[in-house]
Amino acid sequence: MTDRIAILGGGTGGAVLANNLAERLAPELADGDVEVTLVNDGPDHVYKPVWLYVPFGQREPADGRRPLTDLIDDRIDLTIDRVTEIDTDAKSLALRDAASPLSYDYLVVATGSTLAADEIPGLAEGGHDYYSEEGALALRDELLSMTEGHLVVSVIGTPHMCPAAPLEFAFMTDSWFRERGLRDDIEITYTYPINRVHGNPHIGEWADPIMAERDINTETFFNAESVDPEAKTITSMEGTELDYDLLAAIPPHRGVDVVADAGLGDRGWVDVDKHTLEAETADDVYALGDAATTGVPKAGSVAHYQAGVLAQRLESEIRGRPATATYDGKTLCFIETGMDAASFVEFDYQNPPSPAPPSQKLHWSKLAYNESYWLTARGLL
Amino acid sequence: MSTTDIEPTDTVDARGAACPGPLMDLIGRVRSAGSGDVILLLSDNDQSLTDVREWVGETDNELLEVDEADDHYGFYVEVA
Repeated sequence: MTDRIAILGGGTGGAVLANNLAERLAPELADGDVEVTLVNDGPDHVYKPVWLYVPFGQREPADGRRPLTDLIDDRIDLTIDRVTEIDTDAKSLALRDAASPLSYDYLVVATGSTLAADEIPGLAEGGHDYYSEEGALALRDELLSMTEGHLVVSVIGTPHMCPAAPLEFAFMTDSWFRERGLRDDIEITYTYPINRVHGNPHIGEWADPIMAERDINTETFFNAESVDPEAKTITSMEGTELDYDLLAAIPPHRGVDVVADAGLGDRGWVDVDKHTLEAETADDVYALGDAATTGVPKAGSVAHYQAGVLAQRLESEIRGRPATATYDGKTLCFIETGMDAASFVEFDYQNPPSPAPPSQKLHWSKLAYNESYWLTARGLL
Repeated sequence: MSTTDIEPTDTVDARGAACPGPLMDLIGRVRSAGSGDVILLLSDNDQSLTDVREWVGETDNELLEVDEADDHYGFYVEVA
């Protein structure tokens, strides 16, 4: 009997997992005892951290795209299609284009995040973002020609992808306008939904004095309620209204509807055991990366480490051994603190982050990792 | 064991979530609630004692009661 593993999503988590399984289960794959299918709704793998640099004219969205066929091991069945229904009782996936459903014995949900700007009236029309290709390009058009006025960087929804990126964007714009002699004519305001500038208190305590030192205004307890694109104002649930000339917003995020429809979790995020990554409401279903509700950041490093854990657990299941690998919350993030300096944090469920002193070396390390990321996607780094 | 007789309109179970998850879950539910609705937030994170009070204080919503159970808190928030 052949064990069938289905992976939904060809982002960082799905790609790393697929390639890891190809190596780990090589004998079973060769003998036809295991089949691994990776389903993605497009032909490309997308490396989203590139988007942070697009508004500054430093990178192009194409730099973050490569065909999955170049990245995924040939032993994996790559299916370009979209899952329209997950039936966890029948262990079956309905696909948009395929005539017959895809059956599985083990399912890994790696469907990532989607943006939900429409949840905030006026945001789609009045705001910009760097959390999508088209958003980053539109923001670039505005940012490159900005010479004066008020830039508002507003974190509207949490959880969101890459929790450090809003801080990075605020620090980078400050540095970028300063280098170009424009900072005196551009006011920068950073807003955050809770009573500090970052969800993690240790990172918040680190970032807050840097904001003050750089004359970046902060508005905490600012939960955007609406945006008026005509008046160019953003108003919070707490009653604060800000005028803006350019609004760079982090929109609300959701998972995908098919996950919510399957009863795996609210808003398309899968409720999982944060150590085993097993879904709480269905058997033989796992989730990783952005799609999994583990309480750690929705970040590529998280998906990467979780993929390693799941690969080991699935190997154990296939070989009839107790699965002992668990995810400990490990997270790594570089945090740009300007255009030529960065910090770095490493933390897990037990150990909080302690941001490293910003340095040019860490900035170059971040850029170097962005280049070598494609080795990660291939399961090599 | 609940010690209150307040009947919530809706309950947000954020037990197990790390900070600021419970507060953000509450805010998310308040966004879609109607005026006069009472949201019950369940959290086992001590930070919620500070976060929820401070956030409600920033808004016109009202923290009706904080119920301390054996292993979690229950925050009753009436939406303005």
